[in-house]
Amino acid sequence: MQRTYEVMFIVRPDILDEDLDKLIAGLEGNITAGGGSIKSVEKLGRRKLAYTVKKFNDGNYVLLTIHADGSLVGEIERRLRVSEPVIKFISVRMDEEEKRVAKIKAIRATRKKLSAQPAAPPPAAVEPAAAPASTEAATA
Amino acid sequence: MADETSTPSAPTSRPEGSGPSSSGPGGRPPGGRPSGPGGGGRKFFRRKKVCKFCVEKIDSIHYRDVRLLQQFVAERGKIVPRRLTGVCTTHQRGLARAIKQARNIALLPFAARF
Repeated sequence: MQRTYEVMFIVRPDILDEDLDKLIAGLEGNITAGGGSIKSVEKLGRRKLAYTVKKFNDGNYVLLTIHADGSLVGEIERRLRVSEPVIKFISVRMDEEEKRVAKIKAIRATRKKLSAQPAAPPPAAVEPAAAPASTEAATA
Repeated sequence: MADETSTPSAPTSRPEGSGPSSSGPGGRPPGGRPSGPGGGGRKFFRRKKVCKFCVEKIDSIHYRDVRLLQQFVAERGKIVPRRLTGVCTTHQRGLARAIKQARNIALLPFAARF
């Protein structure tokens, strides 16, 4: 079953640009060979780490967004763990979250339509609101 | 002896709690007090806390946007409780998850270094 994942990993800061490109290309090859597809590759650049990792205080962040099934992600994680320049990685499943956001957006869109269509009702809505207020005042 | 050891620890824990947001520790005791006197009138006017994510309609709390997450992390790196920030339950849950993910990939600290 194909799902969307985000794989973010940190490469040691003293790596050369070509080596980094080679590493990413290698991973891409693994993903496509394993039956997955790559949505985007983003090099987020060098960033200061929040805490020391393997005696490094900076790191090159790379973000991969991929379509793959669980076993392939497991395989990629294994490769990341083995590859020496990668000091930290995380893979997060995104499809559930995307589905949820899409649902919320859809709901919001329908609501907007409702409020846009009846332009007249607002004055009608004010009256009932005013009426209970007056009754409240009467009871009080 | 036991009293002596316990008393110094109390003051040290207090400033740590007051560090992240100044309104926090002050918020609790007066919250209980107005109910005591009853209709004594409000001595402290406190703004109603609202959930940032509901108000600004931020749908997805993502572990990557450190700027957003940092607002809900105290100086020491702790997740700020809901009662201080006013975030709603649903969003606090997502927020906590995002912060923990961000910690794992070294975007946020587990604990501030001293």
